[in-house]
Amino acid sequence: MTPAATSLPGTSMERRRRQPGRLVDEAAASLEPGPARLFADLPAVGEWRSLAHHRSLYGMPPAPGLRRNARLIELVGRAGLRGRGGGGFPTARKLQAVADGPGRRVVVANATEGEPASRKDELLATRQPHLVLDGALLAAHAVAAEEVIVCVDRRHRAAAAALQRALAERTEQEAASCDVRIALTPPRYVAGEETALVQWLNGGPAKPTTAPPRPSERGVGRRPTLVQNVETLAHLTQIAAFGDAWFRRLGTAEEPGTALFTVTSDAGSTVLEAALGTPGGAVLGSAGALSGRMPRAVLVGGYFGTWVPADDLARSPLSRAGLAPVGASPGAGILVVLPEAACGLLETARILRWYAGESAGQCGPCAFGLPALAATAAELASGGARPDDVARLRCWAGDIEGRGACRHPDGAVRLLRSSLRVFADDVEAHLAGRPCEGSHRPTLSVPAPSKEWR
Amino acid sequence: MRERRHPLVLSVDAIACDGHGVCAELLPEWIRLDDWGYPIVNPAAVPPELLDRARWAVSNCPALALSFRPAPSAIAAAAASAQRPFSGLASRTP
Repeated sequence: MTPAATSLPGTSMERRRRQPGRLVDEAAASLEPGPARLFADLPAVGEWRSLAHHRSLYGMPPAPGLRRNARLIELVGRAGLRGRGGGGFPTARKLQAVADGPGRRVVVANATEGEPASRKDELLATRQPHLVLDGALLAAHAVAAEEVIVCVDRRHRAAAAALQRALAERTEQEAASCDVRIALTPPRYVAGEETALVQWLNGGPAKPTTAPPRPSERGVGRRPTLVQNVETLAHLTQIAAFGDAWFRRLGTAEEPGTALFTVTSDAGSTVLEAALGTPGGAVLGSAGALSGRMPRAVLVGGYFGTWVPADDLARSPLSRAGLAPVGASPGAGILVVLPEAACGLLETARILRWYAGESAGQCGPCAFGLPALAATAAELASGGARPDDVARLRCWAGDIEGRGACRHPDGAVRLLRSSLRVFADDVEAHLAGRPCEGSHRPTLSVPAPSKEWR
Repeated sequence: MRERRHPLVLSVDAIACDGHGVCAELLPEWIRLDDWGYPIVNPAAVPPELLDRARWAVSNCPALALSFRPAPSAIAAAAASAQRPFSGLASRTP
């Protein structure tokens, strides 16, 4: 194997010489990659980043073995990495919980990305598959896993193909260090929820299960299982290569590092990388979403998110702490700008319909409550609702919240509540029989539910 | 008198629950049904005077979906007492 002949701008030759097993060494942590991180030197569309080239940038991850690597988990803890799949849970604690479990463990790299307004995992897996695979192997090394499963939504063919090609390159050029395979998941929103993913990998339907036991206690093949979003794993690769101090150079003290954001607006859909804590206005601006008039509202966190007035969002730092005052969270880094001509209440009703269709139908409050919410919200949108319908929506929201086995119904409730708050003027107008112009014009793209659970 | 117990809460396994409604009939002070017939349980620790009937409700759930769990406050207290020897914060309020 020969190293790549060309060195990209901003990359240094020293990085090629990192030794296997030395990735968690502090001494190796002073190297400086480019200004962007996951997207530094992103290969152009259709261009392939070879394994040799990747190794020249990141070295070789240590092989997963029988022993856990507490130092690597400590390094991740010092870096302050949090999950980028939406939950924002501290990654080191998750690694530790799995590492503490008995027997050989399993790592599941989650690229299912069922959130309709998110594209970042698909893009990352398609353009930087080696970064993702190294992260999964590092996680496997940290917790002493004997198996890595990369889960990709079966609709995301390009991502699956890129991961497959990257795996093939490894099989051809390197000794196998761990059993790695790709699994193509059913195209359902809740399939990416970690208990659903585990049940599906165990041969069942891709529906959530009652927790506890969490997958970290009893997961794939009843073994302790780490389910980690692929962007989180890609950050893990860079932390192992460049160190915790480097990672903390961007982002906030509480929420260090960068994150990938998918911004959807009239200008189209863009994925960009920004330091956590970057003002929402800067990210919207970079995505071209502020070229015209200031939009009214932005759906922050995607369909599993919250409506926020656009000027509030523009001022707010994009982090959990920065968005908490406006009742939102970055989630998986999704910003959907309400198009100028659209009606927020109609779009909310359409997304609630999607929620109802994506319910696994296992828990009563979700299976029956979400269709009821969606139907009443649709009446409100069309101008056919009365004030007691809005009171009923609020009452149902309180009754449904927190009563599913997973958080799917909670997402619907949060979205609904934020719509009644942010579009309060529209609610009054719709109740008075004056629905806005956009209320007959569905605008956002809302996918039709699939019927498949396997 | 019974031996002293940790406070308990009632918990519904939302996937197992089929909305039979037996629990709300046996323990209406603590469990009501939503508009679709599924139980909404008071999240507080079950008071001692309701414990016997709460046990009756648990054992009569046709779906075996209702159970007792240690109250989160009890879990926190157990964790705090386990930490105390190391914390050096003996004066911490419970």
